[in-house]
Amino acid sequence: MSSMSRRHLMLVATGIAAAVVAPRLAFAQAAAPATPTAGNAPFILPPLTYPVTAFEPHIDAKTMEIHHDRHHAAYVANMNNFAKDTPVIGEKPLVEVLGNLNSVPDAIRTGVRNNLGGHANHTMFWQIMGPNGGKPEGDVLAAIDRDLGGLEKFQTDFNAAGGRQFGSGWVFVIVDKDGKLSIETRPNQDNPIMDGKRALMGNDVWEHAYYLTYQNRRADYLKAWWNTVNWTKVGERYAAAKAGTLAV
Amino acid sequence: MTFTLPNLPYAYDALAPHMSKETLEFHHDKHHQAYVTNGNNLLKGTEFEGKSLEEIVKGSFGKNAALFNNAGQHYNHLHFWNWMKPNGGGDKLPGRLEKKITEDLGGLEKFKTDFAAAGVGQFGSGWAWLSVKNGKLEISKTANGESPLVHGATPILGVDVWEHSYYIDYRNRRPDYLKAFVDHLVNWEYVDEQFGKAV
Ligand SMILES: [Fe+2]
Ligand SMILES: [Fe+2]
Repeated sequence: MSSMSRRHLMLVATGIAAAVVAPRLAFAQAAAPATPTAGNAPFILPPLTYPVTAFEPHIDAKTMEIHHDRHHAAYVANMNNFAKDTPVIGEKPLVEVLGNLNSVPDAIRTGVRNNLGGHANHTMFWQIMGPNGGKPEGDVLAAIDRDLGGLEKFQTDFNAAGGRQFGSGWVFVIVDKDGKLSIETRPNQDNPIMDGKRALMGNDVWEHAYYLTYQNRRADYLKAWWNTVNWTKVGERYAAAKAGTLAV
Repeated sequence: MTFTLPNLPYAYDALAPHMSKETLEFHHDKHHQAYVTNGNNLLKGTEFEGKSLEEIVKGSFGKNAALFNNAGQHYNHLHFWNWMKPNGGGDKLPGRLEKKITEDLGGLEKFKTDFAAAGVGQFGSGWAWLSVKNGKLEISKTANGESPLVHGATPILGVDVWEHSYYIDYRNRRPDYLKAFVDHLVNWEYVDEQFGKAV
């Protein structure tokens, strides 16, 4: 995506807060009139709501650009290909499809797991990052203190879990219906929705997320990434999770 | 045995432009070194101390994940450096190997296509392989540190499709990396040597 069209899409984007509570994220965005692929392509790459330079020096602009415009875009494009022959996967809410992979046709089940998982993970990832992201407060801070031993211990444990994930994958904070938090990892593009859980937030530990700046130093990336977290969005997701309205 | 990191069998810039000096520096000096260091630490005090690398890889698979990951990657990378050479690839293969590829895999061109497709099809970090199983050649792919060794086969060629192997040079374009690997990097003499040991 060129910076021109990204700027254009940013103008028409309805904003992250709306997406958090929209029960059918893909359709909410597909309905936007300026979306070039709307129509028979139900899966839409959500535009970044900040410039690719927003997280320098913690995440470089080139990494942001390739990560969003190539990696995430590929998951979206692959899903739209699957939806051509199996439209139902684009008609149902994402949570329903990912939560019932057994009902996806055999021939595309692994593809849907990988690509819809990738779409879900990255949509969440862009959502919980943002410039000037502040600090955790209110309910989510109380939950971090109660369930994860306070912010400092939480960040140490989260980074350690991300470091232990061997190969490509994600480290997540899981939030249950009562708002209880825990740290879990998943390989590749698996998402907690696949086993009936929900992610409050998560960090991508595929090498593509950090290689251009950090190379083999994943631990340094995990530490620096906290500078990119938008705690307002995390707080909104926490409230949505407890209300049962988390869309992705 | 303890694991040791051998030097690359060529200069760091010898595989450019298909694989850059920078990639080889990080890949060999940092990634492979980490597998060696972690593998040695994890090996201490286990039943596998004193065993051969192949025995450690096979024995720890499914039993000791952390040791397996590092020992497996040490085994994979040891061979990976030798599976490449400057001005490699091409269509001139040792005769017995070319004959076997034609017999079992439908010819060299089909092999190249299928091998690259296995690499593209490995979702996430892992490897694509050519191996010998029950006397026949086969193409496969594995996740992370796994190899055909733990699936009753002997690898004779492998390509690393962890992003660290190509991200500096190819970014997200894994198919371009795999094409460069088969066209310009494969050391067919080393493949043939491994083939000779496997049959
Ligand atoms: Fe990613
Ligand atoms: Fe590697």
